[in-house]
Amino acid sequence: MIRVFAALAILCAALFIAALLVGPAQIGAIEGLRALILGGEGPAPLVMQEIRLPRALLAVMIGLSLGLSGAAMQGYLRNPLAEPGLIGVSGSAALGAVVAIHTGFSAAWAYGLPLSALAGALAGVALVIALAGPRGSSLTLILAGIAISAMAAALTSLVLNLSSNPFAANEIVFWMMGSLADRSMMHVGLALPLMVVGWAMLLPLGRGLDALTLGEDAAASMGVRLTRMRLVLVVGTACVVGAATAVAGAIGFVGLVVPHILRPLVGARPSRLLWASALGGAVMVLAADLAVRLILPERDLKLGVLTALVGAPLFLHLIYKTRRELP
Amino acid sequence: MADPAPRRVVSMNLCTDQLAMLLAAKGQLVSVSDLAVDPRASAMVEQARGYTINHARAEEVHALRPDLVLAGQYSSRASVGMLRRLGIRVETFAPARSMDDIGAALERMGALLGREEAGKRAAARFEERLSALRAEVERRPEAALYYANGYTLGDKTLAGQILLTAGFSNTAAKAGITGGRVMPLEQLVMYAPEALISGTSYSGETRSEAILDHPAVELLRRSRPSAEVRDRDWICGTPQVLRAVEGLGDLRRKALEGEG
Repeated sequence: MIRVFAALAILCAALFIAALLVGPAQIGAIEGLRALILGGEGPAPLVMQEIRLPRALLAVMIGLSLGLSGAAMQGYLRNPLAEPGLIGVSGSAALGAVVAIHTGFSAAWAYGLPLSALAGALAGVALVIALAGPRGSSLTLILAGIAISAMAAALTSLVLNLSSNPFAANEIVFWMMGSLADRSMMHVGLALPLMVVGWAMLLPLGRGLDALTLGEDAAASMGVRLTRMRLVLVVGTACVVGAATAVAGAIGFVGLVVPHILRPLVGARPSRLLWASALGGAVMVLAADLAVRLILPERDLKLGVLTALVGAPLFLHLIYKTRRELP
Repeated sequence: MADPAPRRVVSMNLCTDQLAMLLAAKGQLVSVSDLAVDPRASAMVEQARGYTINHARAEEVHALRPDLVLAGQYSSRASVGMLRRLGIRVETFAPARSMDDIGAALERMGALLGREEAGKRAAARFEERLSALRAEVERRPEAALYYANGYTLGDKTLAGQILLTAGFSNTAAKAGITGGRVMPLEQLVMYAPEALISGTSYSGETRSEAILDHPAVELLRRSRPSAEVRDRDWICGTPQVLRAVEGLGDLRRKALEGEG
């Protein structure tokens, strides 16, 4: 067990450093790290501190958030198909963010953007859990997710279409696919407080989720308060997904792929899976964002395109497996 | 061109709108596109208000019963094709990529409207003003054009040519960019151009334009001369671009003083 965590942590650290060293500006490794830590004159410190560092930090924060929320939702719904992107939570968060930007709310008050995304995400999670029910079957979960995603995407596109700004319509791609390009420390500052709140809510859920694997009655008899747990899960997920989406758009499939790969390695215990998925999510987003910069660096490949290319086949595989299990 | 001069001309592209308004005889031009009355994009809003406005849709253009339709090369192919099938003569103009294109476009527009003389005169006047502006330069300070989404324009674009005419050299050339492309923010910072020229923000916030407020861009902007350009003088190949060239004169003087 320790070995899994140690391996993930080392991988995460290595990718973080690589993320700082890869970019279109040709800066040597030693020179780059010196500029990052010591600062100084010239363009190199600016590139390292204002462009690459926020990007790498956001990749870690967003990966942690998506991996963690995916594992928590899957644990609670006892369904491996639950994932914030697939079931429309990211989409509704994006809707909240787009509304905030285009009504000028985000310009009037800096935290307007993440809080609007939080409100969108909250509505999304609450709807999904209400529609799918606490022990929702895969079918109702996916159907609810499709409905919510489609609705959120349509409303997002509507807001962008109606904007008087000629650039707005192009941004549909960003909000559907997500990207970390050219984010700044300001975005780190916007997302971090909300994410920390969400992490603090989701990580302690492990014990309750472990008990829940024995069934609701057993969990209740062990002192787990299911309604309270559901509330914490909904709000926590909305916090982390809302904050992530507000600054980087809807990045899908991370919360699906990571818990799926790590589950066998941690002995299928939800409490351990929460921590492992958080680290694994950071690894996946860091790796995907590195790949985006190495493959076709000039075309601004969207991060979400890459995670979807990895995630969608796995999703098909999971559906196929689920179908076989149905009577 | 033995054809008689067209009597009902409809233009459905911002740039042909402006060329036609400059050269058409009274009553000859019937309608211009809706962009021509958009003060952000059009340099001739006042004149355009006097015409019927169309939205570049085949049906409404056809209803105006034109005998000549002017369109851009990249106007909707479906609309242009439809008008041609309906038997209407459609002439398309390619976007100008250089100063020479502008003179040629003026002459061609004159010929199409049956006003060769007016077209030639306008072209000659344009060339004359242009050569007066093309000052001898000892040193070309380097400037970068930076727009929403981190887009930049190289030497083979109209904006790039405006920059060169005004006595600058273009940072995009260093990055091997000749047309229009995204230049990563990192690259812009590393090249550290002597002057920064960015587009004006449109109303309504967007995240495409947020890159222009990125701390790294802010720092560049604060530490060197910078200008916001008015899109309407830069978009179309009309004599209006000379205003853009003139506007850059100040910026160039500041960039040169900065080193003194």
